[in-house]
Amino acid sequence: MDQFTAPALMLRGISKSFGSIKANSNVDLELRHGEILALLGENGSGKTTLMNMVAGIYYPDDGQIFIDGEEVVISSPKDAFKYKIGMIHQHFKLIDLFSAAENIVLGVKDGTRYNIREVNERVRQIADRYGFIIDPTQKIHEMSVSQKQTVEILKVLYRGADILILDEPTAVLTPQETSKLFEVLRKMKADGKSIIIITHKLHEVLAISDRVAVLRKGEHIATVNTAESTESSLTEMMVGKKVTLNIDRAIPENIRRRLVVSSLSGKNEDGMQILDNVSFTAFGGEILGIAGIAGSGQRELLEAIAGIYVPEAGEILYADPGRDGDNDGNGSSDSDLIDLRKKTPMQIRELGVRLSFVPEDRLGMGLVGSMDITDNVMLRSYRNGPFSLLDRNQPRQLAQDIVNDLGVVTPNLQTPVRRLSGGNVQKVLVGREIASAPSLLMAAYPVRGLDINSSYAIYNLLNEQKANGVAVIFVGEDLDVLLALSDRLLVLNSGRVSGILDARQTTKEEVGFLMTKSHDAPDDGSDKKDGGERQ
Amino acid sequence: MSRASTKEPLIHITRRSTIAPWKGIVIRIAAIVVAFLLCSMLAYFLIGAKPADFLINFFQGLFGINRMSANIRLWMLAKDTAILLLIALALTPAFRMKFWNIGAEGQVLISALAAAAVTYYFGDKLAKSEWLLLLLMLAASITAGIIWAVIPAIFKALWNSNETLFTLMMNYVATYFVAFCLVKWTPDSSSVLGILDHGHLPTLGNDYILILIFTLITTVFMFVYLNYSKPGYEISVVGESTRTARYIGINVKKVIIRTMILTGTICGLTGFLLVAALDHSVTATSVGGLGFTAIIVAWLAKFNPFVMILTSLLLAALNQGAGQITSSFSVSTALPDVMIGIILFFVIGCEFFIRYSIHFRKKAHTSVVQEKGDES
Repeated sequence: MDQFTAPALMLRGISKSFGSIKANSNVDLELRHGEILALLGENGSGKTTLMNMVAGIYYPDDGQIFIDGEEVVISSPKDAFKYKIGMIHQHFKLIDLFSAAENIVLGVKDGTRYNIREVNERVRQIADRYGFIIDPTQKIHEMSVSQKQTVEILKVLYRGADILILDEPTAVLTPQETSKLFEVLRKMKADGKSIIIITHKLHEVLAISDRVAVLRKGEHIATVNTAESTESSLTEMMVGKKVTLNIDRAIPENIRRRLVVSSLSGKNEDGMQILDNVSFTAFGGEILGIAGIAGSGQRELLEAIAGIYVPEAGEILYADPGRDGDNDGNGSSDSDLIDLRKKTPMQIRELGVRLSFVPEDRLGMGLVGSMDITDNVMLRSYRNGPFSLLDRNQPRQLAQDIVNDLGVVTPNLQTPVRRLSGGNVQKVLVGREIASAPSLLMAAYPVRGLDINSSYAIYNLLNEQKANGVAVIFVGEDLDVLLALSDRLLVLNSGRVSGILDARQTTKEEVGFLMTKSHDAPDDGSDKKDGGERQ
Repeated sequence: MSRASTKEPLIHITRRSTIAPWKGIVIRIAAIVVAFLLCSMLAYFLIGAKPADFLINFFQGLFGINRMSANIRLWMLAKDTAILLLIALALTPAFRMKFWNIGAEGQVLISALAAAAVTYYFGDKLAKSEWLLLLLMLAASITAGIIWAVIPAIFKALWNSNETLFTLMMNYVATYFVAFCLVKWTPDSSSVLGILDHGHLPTLGNDYILILIFTLITTVFMFVYLNYSKPGYEISVVGESTRTARYIGINVKKVIIRTMILTGTICGLTGFLLVAALDHSVTATSVGGLGFTAIIVAWLAKFNPFVMILTSLLLAALNQGAGQITSSFSVSTALPDVMIGIILFFVIGCEFFIRYSIHFRKKAHTSVVQEKGDES
């Protein structure tokens, strides 16, 4: 085969199993020179496993890999570099205390003496060539997520990679950062690099790629030209059946004040101001979305309301729906408000506050991974009953109901939840939290890592709760979803509320701007948009 | 086209998701058999013992050489198993909570000392009401055990100090405290206390029956406590994730301290039995390392109280059989220790084969890949 007409990378019949689970079976894939190939598939469809085999992290059970038409064996990341393949992983592998350039040069053995000035210079050259903005001497721990990602990309370029594999690079980026990344990718493509981008976001696939390879359940379904594809045709290939991608958003009815947070401030364990004068009101019967780049105080805000984290100042006032006497839309009068700050989760429950919380870290906080479904369902209610022996009968019934109603796929109720797939874990958690008939439901990133069907199942559950008059607080990362699901959207930026918007009126760009704008910028009055605040 | 496929790695190790129970048992038995074979070979090369003789002696150590000695040997074995099991049961709730208490040795020893102290000071005064003396001894033992166990727990709960180092250090304090008391109690400072006259538990036909009854009750209690009680459930949650515990509103500090009080109570009971039912005395080596062996018993059983009956039996049997080897072949006690080490190494090491399966790359496979390579 001619080296120049042969594809940059070709996979033939690649298979890989983990125990009895087939991660990839008989996958063929072709990456042409100078193209951007999107690798599309739901979570667990084997995208990352497949690419890890190209990058030398796993070794295939079966099949062949060809680079420029030559069959190669890649049994370590070192081999991958030899063939000029570089992978940018979803979870960054950087040393916080080192500078960008030090991280980039780490592990490079090119026979020359280590000279950090030369490295800095070379990093600057590569960055300039593709339009990255970076200071090679800056330490990693001082960097934002998108800067860290830039370092990871430069790391593989520095090693001379011609084939770049990016594993869900946009998952952690704001819309503005994403479009910057795409510009860079296009420049690299023009420079002759071949790029594979793993993603499950359809609009990004359509925006950046030349061709799309779709994986489903470890198998290669098809590779199609992006120009001839639509969101719905790709979804159908990805899921295997037609899916409607609409989120019903009913106009909130009969809303009542449920939670009033005022001037909440607090520091995190490192002494950083993580919540800074946060004030908002959540109403029963509506979904309040919370947007913000990761680490802007979302976690602390929810944990403060749930009684897990104690903020230093401010008020968290809860209006008990049981005492909603008047119909003025405000629910109970101010004297009936209960302050939840400085209360433990136990005290909050004993006060009769029906608060449910789906935390971000499902197996680390919301559930106990080694316990079975029944015991996990029991977490909220195990204290019931007069004796010190556990009563598992009711929890078992509830667990069975959750499994039936939400379609949890599990061998049986005795399976440890850790063994379930991400979507099923989340259904168990959300099912338990909803089962206690909450009046306030908080969910942090409830669809992270879930496939399309599971995600829509969760959106529907949240909408059902809204229709039942529950005040829903939804922390999300996908702005498209936040804008489609929320009634109002609160934007957090470095622990401050940089805006509360009407989700039906605003745009992605406006939200993205509020997420990232510096506090020092002159206040143009966009804080606390009146359009969003209901009275 | 290059023949790169010859460079493929030979062995593949993959994690098993599940394993059939019979396979697990076969692997474990095979490991013990292989370990015994290795031990007898080692004995052959080191002391010239014929492998058959070696094995026969080992099992004679367990079962005796005739009916009478069998009776004695088996009762000894049951007693050793029971004491080991009791200490392992004491450790288990803490271990389930991932509180790595390696201080059972000291917790039992200080309890034994407390029981002995009660007899030493009040034995003569309460000679007429033996049962009151025994109750006092039990109360003193349990109090001492709780104090020794709860001090590291309080430090862990309040200041998150390292419980492993703390409990280890408490062992030394206990040992030297016993040595101190013995010097004080013996008139000639010989530190040999001798058999105490009072505070003996009734024998009920056999010296060890009462110990077995206590142990059995504790085993069943611990099984129910861990699996079917609210505090046991809290232990599992705290052990898996303190964040989940805080999320749900469990008071982690309270659970740590409460659990270590339970550990101290059972250690106290064990110390009491050592003095009132077995030794009727105390020395700095009364516990004889059982507090550490019990850690292995608990781990091997994956903290399941009923499986612990088997693992404590295994370890007690190894000790007893190895002891026989020492006397039959008149070798130092070092050889039996090496043997026990080898057997434990295999028993623990075989867990690898239970968790992972190993595939060898078939030779036929390589040629298939090459043929496919030729086509393209």
